[in-house]
Amino acid sequence: MTAGQDAAELERYFEETVARDRRIEPRDWMPEAYRKTMIRQIAQHAHSEIIGMQPEGNWVTRAPSLRRKAILLAKVQDEAGHGLYLYSAAETLGADRADLTERLITGAQKYSSIFNYPTLTFADVGVIGWLVDGAAICNQVPLCRSSYGPYARAMIRICKEESFHQRQGYELLLTMMSGTADQREMVQDATNRWWWPSLMMFGPPDTDSPNTGQSMRWRIKRHTNDELRQRFVDMTVPQADVLGVTLPDPDLRWDAERGHYDFGQPDWTEFKQVIAGNGPCNAQRITGRRAAHEGGQWVRDAAAAHAARQAARAAAREDAA
Amino acid sequence: MNFDTAYEAITEETGTSPRWAYGTGFTDPLAGVDTSVPDGVDGADLAAYCLMLGDDALIMSHRLQEWLARAPELEEETALANIALDLLGQARLLLSRAGTADGTGRTEDDYAFGRAEREFRSVRLAEVTDADFAGLVARLLVFSTWRLALLDRLRAAADPVLAAVAALGVREVTYHRDYAAQWVIRLGDGTDYSRARMEAGLTAVAPLVPELFDATQTETRLAEAGVAVDPGALRDSFDSVVAAVLAAAGLVWPAAVPGLARVAGRAGRDGVHTEAMGYLLAELQSVARAMPGASW
Amino acid sequence: MSDTVPADTARSNWPLFEVFLRSKRGLNHVHVGSLHAADAQMALHHARDLYTRRNEGVSIWVVRAADITASSPDEKDPFFAPSGDKVYRHPTFYQIPDEVPHI
Repeated sequence: MTAGQDAAELERYFEETVARDRRIEPRDWMPEAYRKTMIRQIAQHAHSEIIGMQPEGNWVTRAPSLRRKAILLAKVQDEAGHGLYLYSAAETLGADRADLTERLITGAQKYSSIFNYPTLTFADVGVIGWLVDGAAICNQVPLCRSSYGPYARAMIRICKEESFHQRQGYELLLTMMSGTADQREMVQDATNRWWWPSLMMFGPPDTDSPNTGQSMRWRIKRHTNDELRQRFVDMTVPQADVLGVTLPDPDLRWDAERGHYDFGQPDWTEFKQVIAGNGPCNAQRITGRRAAHEGGQWVRDAAAAHAARQAARAAAREDAA
Repeated sequence: MNFDTAYEAITEETGTSPRWAYGTGFTDPLAGVDTSVPDGVDGADLAAYCLMLGDDALIMSHRLQEWLARAPELEEETALANIALDLLGQARLLLSRAGTADGTGRTEDDYAFGRAEREFRSVRLAEVTDADFAGLVARLLVFSTWRLALLDRLRAAADPVLAAVAALGVREVTYHRDYAAQWVIRLGDGTDYSRARMEAGLTAVAPLVPELFDATQTETRLAEAGVAVDPGALRDSFDSVVAAVLAAAGLVWPAAVPGLARVAGRAGRDGVHTEAMGYLLAELQSVARAMPGASW
Repeated sequence: MSDTVPADTARSNWPLFEVFLRSKRGLNHVHVGSLHAADAQMALHHARDLYTRRNEGVSIWVVRAADITASSPDEKDPFFAPSGDKVYRHPTFYQIPDEVPHI
C-alpha cells in the first residue's frame, strides 16, 4: 500500500462513494465481503444467461417460420453475449472464467431457477420473452445503477437488448392469439406453466431473505424481492388483458385502496425443491453445459498449442534475423 | 432517476431495429430492386436455381444451429450463430426470389415448410452431420470456399435480385471462409489429437466435393443466359484456396477419394438426398406442418 | 509434429484480451469489455462477433490484458504505484470459497 492510505480512510471512502451513488471501479479498495458477494452475484447472473440458451435454443430448428427462426436465433446468440459480458465483469474482480464455469458445473454456484423448467411448445418461446424476460428486466433495470461500475455498465447494454427480446416474445403471442384455436390454446397452456415460476424469479418473500439488508446498503441490491415482484405483476396484468390470456391465479384482483394488484403466493416448497436441484430440468441443464465445456477442451487446447507454436516460430525468426 | 423512468428509458424505442426482420444487415437489401424476370430468362429455371442456392444455405444453417449451446467455447457460440444467421438470411432472400420468378407467388415459408424432401435442391454436403468440431470446420471450409467463389461470380448476374443477393453474400461468406480456415489451421497445427480429428474431418467431407462442381442442365441454360454461374468453372479457384489453407495447417487433402455415388445419376440438386435429410426436414417442418393455416 | 509444444499449454486457458471499439462515426476507441482468445487474430474475430454483433464499419482494437499498463489516480487504489502498473483490474486472483450465503 502506498503511504498515507490506511484501512479506515479506504473504508470511509468506499462507504462514501457508495452512499453518493457513485461507482466502485476494479482497482478501488473494497471490503472483502463486498467483493465476494459481487463476484458471486455477477457470476450467477452470467451462468443464468448461458444456461438460458438451452431452453430457448431448444426451439430454433423447429421454428415454424423463417422470420421467427431468425429472431430466436439472434436472441439466443444475444444471451451468449450477455453471459460473456458478465463473465468479463466478474473477471475484473480477479475471478477466472474457467474457475467460475467449473463451479457452475459442480453445483457450487447457481443460476436462475427459471431455466430448470422445460420448454414444451413454440408458444413457450413467446411466453418466456413476455414473462421471463419481463421479470428479468424488472430485476435488472435497478442493477444498471449497481454500485460496481463494470457490472452497471454491462447491465445497461444487456437491458437494452433484453427489451427487444421481451417485445419480440410479446409480438409472437399477439400473433398467435389472433390465429387459430390451436394457437390460442397453446399460448394459454404455456402461460399456465410459466406464470408461477416467473413470480419466483424475484426470490423468496422479504421475510425469508435475511441478507437483503447488507446488499441494499452496498447498493448491490436496490429494491426488495417483494417490491420487484409487485412491480412485475402490476405491469404484466394489463399486458395479459391485451393478449386475451388468463393468468392462472384465482386471487389476482385490483386493490383500489393499495393502488396495486393483490395476488396469490407461489408454491415456495416447489421453489425450494428447484433451488436444491430437484426441478424438472436441473440435471439436464448441467449435463448439457458440462458436455459442451468438457467436450470442447481438446479444441481449446489445440488453439492454445497452435498459438504457442506460432509465438515460438516468431521468436525464432527474430533471433535468426 | 426513479424506477419508472429508468425502466422507460431502457425500453423506449430508439428507432426501429431491422435486425429483427433479417438475420443480418440493417436495411432490406432488395429495396428498390426490380423483381421481374429478365428478358430471355425462363422463370421456372430461375426459380429452380434460386432454390438450389437457397436450400444450400437453409440446410447448412440448420446444421450450424444444432451447435447452439454445444460450441467448444462461449466465444465460438456467437461466431457460429453469426454464420447460421447470415446463411439463414441468404436463404430467405433466395427462397422469396424463387416465388416471384416462377409465378406461383409462394413465400419463403411455403418453400421451407411446404415442400417434400425430393423438392429440396441442396447439395448433399449441406445436410450431412458432423462427428465433431473438426468435422464441422472441414465442412464449413469446403462449403464457404465453394459458395464464395460462386457468389463472387454471381455479382455479375443478369438478374438484379441475384446480383444483389450475391453482393451481400460475398461479404458474409468471406468471413465464414476465413473463420473456417483459421480453425482448420489451428486444429491441424495444434495437438496430435486435434490433427487426427482434422484429418478425419477432411476424409469425411472429401466424397461430397465432386458433386459441388457438376452442373445441372438448369444451371447450364442459365449460365448461357448470364444469370447463373457454371459450377465447373469454380474448381480451380476452390482447389487453390483449400490447398493454401491445408498447407498452412500442415495437412493434405485425402488422396484419391471417389465422389459419393449418385442414385441412377441423381443427387442433391435433383432432390435425391442422403438418409440424414429426412430427419432434418422432419424436425425443421414439424411445428409448421402440425398447425396448418396458422400464421406466425 | 516437428515443433515441440510447451508443456504448460496443454489444458491451458485462453488468455484475456481487452476490447476497444470506435463506432462508425465515433471520435475515439472506447473500452467495451474483455474476452478470451488463443491469440490476437482470434480475439479480433471474437470481438467482432461479440461486441459489434453483425454491425459493420466498426474499428476494433484488441490488446492482451497482460500488456496493458495502467494508472488510476482518481481511484483509491491500495495497489497504486505512481509509475503505473501492469493491469487495470483487480490484481490478485480470487479463490472463491464454496460456502458463501445467498444474498
